[in-house]
Amino acid sequence: MSKEKEYEELIVQGVVYKTTLTRKFKERVKWEAPNENLLYSIIPGKIIDIFVKPQQKVKEGETLLLLEAMKMQNQIRMPFDGTIVKIHVKIEELVPNRHLMIEIKPKK
Amino acid sequence: MSLRSNILDLRKRKREVQKGGGDKAIEKQAKMGKLTARERILSLLDKKSFHEYDLFAEHSATGFGMESKTLHGDGVIIGTGTINNKPICIYAQDFTVAGGSLGLMHARKITKIMDHALKMRVPLIGINDSGGARIQEGVNSLAGYGEIFFRNTLASGVIPQISVILGPCAGGAVYSPALTDFVFVVENISKMFITGPSVIKTVLGEDISMEELGGAKVHAEITGNAHFYAKTEMECFQQIKDLISYIPRSNSKKAIPYPPKAPGKGKKVEDIVPSDPRIPYDMRDIIISLTDGTEFLEVMEYFAPNIIIGFARMEGETVGFVANQPMVLAGVLDCDSSDKAARFIRYCDAFNIPIVTLEDMPGYLPGVDQEHAGVIRHGAKILYAYSEATVPKVTVILRKAYGGGYIAMNSRHLRADFVFAWPTAEIAVMGPEGAANIVFRKEIAESENPEEMRKQKVEEYKKKFANPYVAAAQGYIDEVIEPKETRARILHALKVSENKSVFLPNKKHGIPPF
Repeated sequence: MSKEKEYEELIVQGVVYKTTLTRKFKERVKWEAPNENLLYSIIPGKIIDIFVKPQQKVKEGETLLLLEAMKMQNQIRMPFDGTIVKIHVKIEELVPNRHLMIEIKPKK
Repeated sequence: MSLRSNILDLRKRKREVQKGGGDKAIEKQAKMGKLTARERILSLLDKKSFHEYDLFAEHSATGFGMESKTLHGDGVIIGTGTINNKPICIYAQDFTVAGGSLGLMHARKITKIMDHALKMRVPLIGINDSGGARIQEGVNSLAGYGEIFFRNTLASGVIPQISVILGPCAGGAVYSPALTDFVFVVENISKMFITGPSVIKTVLGEDISMEELGGAKVHAEITGNAHFYAKTEMECFQQIKDLISYIPRSNSKKAIPYPPKAPGKGKKVEDIVPSDPRIPYDMRDIIISLTDGTEFLEVMEYFAPNIIIGFARMEGETVGFVANQPMVLAGVLDCDSSDKAARFIRYCDAFNIPIVTLEDMPGYLPGVDQEHAGVIRHGAKILYAYSEATVPKVTVILRKAYGGGYIAMNSRHLRADFVFAWPTAEIAVMGPEGAANIVFRKEIAESENPEEMRKQKVEEYKKKFANPYVAAAQGYIDEVIEPKETRARILHALKVSENKSVFLPNKKHGIPPF
């Protein structure tokens, strides 16, 4: 059984199986709990305008920046009252989907 | 003019039009490594069997300089012919004529041959090689696509529909292949996508090559849009010929039987399968040990390879195989494999092909990605497809048959006609390790040596439940058989099922979890 060495392991309901893994399985995205203090892009696009600065206090619903995608300008708004911690994008920047744009923290 | 000169005139006209886009365009096509539309049809069909229609069709578009443009055949060839002496209808888009772009007359020719195929109840083959909609013809090209999609849907389940992607097939055009039964792709030649790399780059900033975005390999392995993958056009044509040999020409016919053959001399069935359910083997070796000769036409070989689907013959008759593959992901069911198997089961059911299911499967694949990708609704497809299928359905359980997967893999409860199990079969809610941990949790936790106790309890559970006899005692399994009897039992089961007749409740159509 020299072939056996090539096998990898997969655990299903407590049982360890010898098998091979597919490329799609290996490349699957690992799930992470969402962090509400990190604002990610919801669609790939271009940053058109940024209205806030670091350390600025912002009320819930205020527009933080404009993300243009598919000819639509998406207003990215503050999800709760809080402060801007860091801005990770620049005006005119093209961002992919799920790209970190702004870090915020809630009002204490 | 004498008759003779009329005939000469006809010949001249034919020669002219048959050149398609002319010598330069044909040379360009060859440079791209592609055959011309006409060469493709002639290589695929039986010699001298092809007859072309609407050769002299011309577009009537105006504007954008279209009035002065002659597009031979309007960029598509349609006709009838035979493959292995079986009649088929075919169309092939001609990339040398205006990039095979689809205008009103082009679409009308395609829908004409589609209507013919449906009326005559013969398979339809479409060879796609087109830049897409002919922009100059505006909404008329969109109308053309719509008319094609509608006919694809009407013909679905009535006649076999085969799409061959031998060039670009982009934008709305991709939905015709997507609606058909089998899609063939060829390395470096096939390109399928909704929006191309350049649009993705400008709009979204993502840089990807055409091949990585929608090449043959991607569709064969990642998206599941393609059913057959070939290295060359000629290999692709051979695959199509093979497929045609297995399937009936319409849903009111059975596949034409071939002369029966003994199974090829491969490994002995007993030597292929290890009795330890955790050790893998290649399920294809089992399939080949059961079929006539060594021929097995695997469908979607590279997509979700944890399940195997395909056609073979037993005693000369076409059989559809659905089998878990322990060699890949331990043979689990997941979103992709459920999807793959369900569609194939429905194909077999629609075209009167009996289904043989070979089961060796530890259950559904655990994971957040699976749950969030909708393994519930995808997994439900396989239950739906088996339950709904009224063709003869035979199941052989080789080893593991755990949990929901046991129910899904054509169990008695979904109206399998015959369920056989090998003595190595384990039909249970889950594997012994998992089950013992739950059933004997207290005993294990309270023991002085939990690890030792756990081992003992796993053994105890194995002895009691990890076998086929509990299910056999309930009649869920018809017979526990020796592995070497498998082919004979399946053949007998199929023989006595020949006249199978069941009636489902009257309905317009079901609502499968698409």
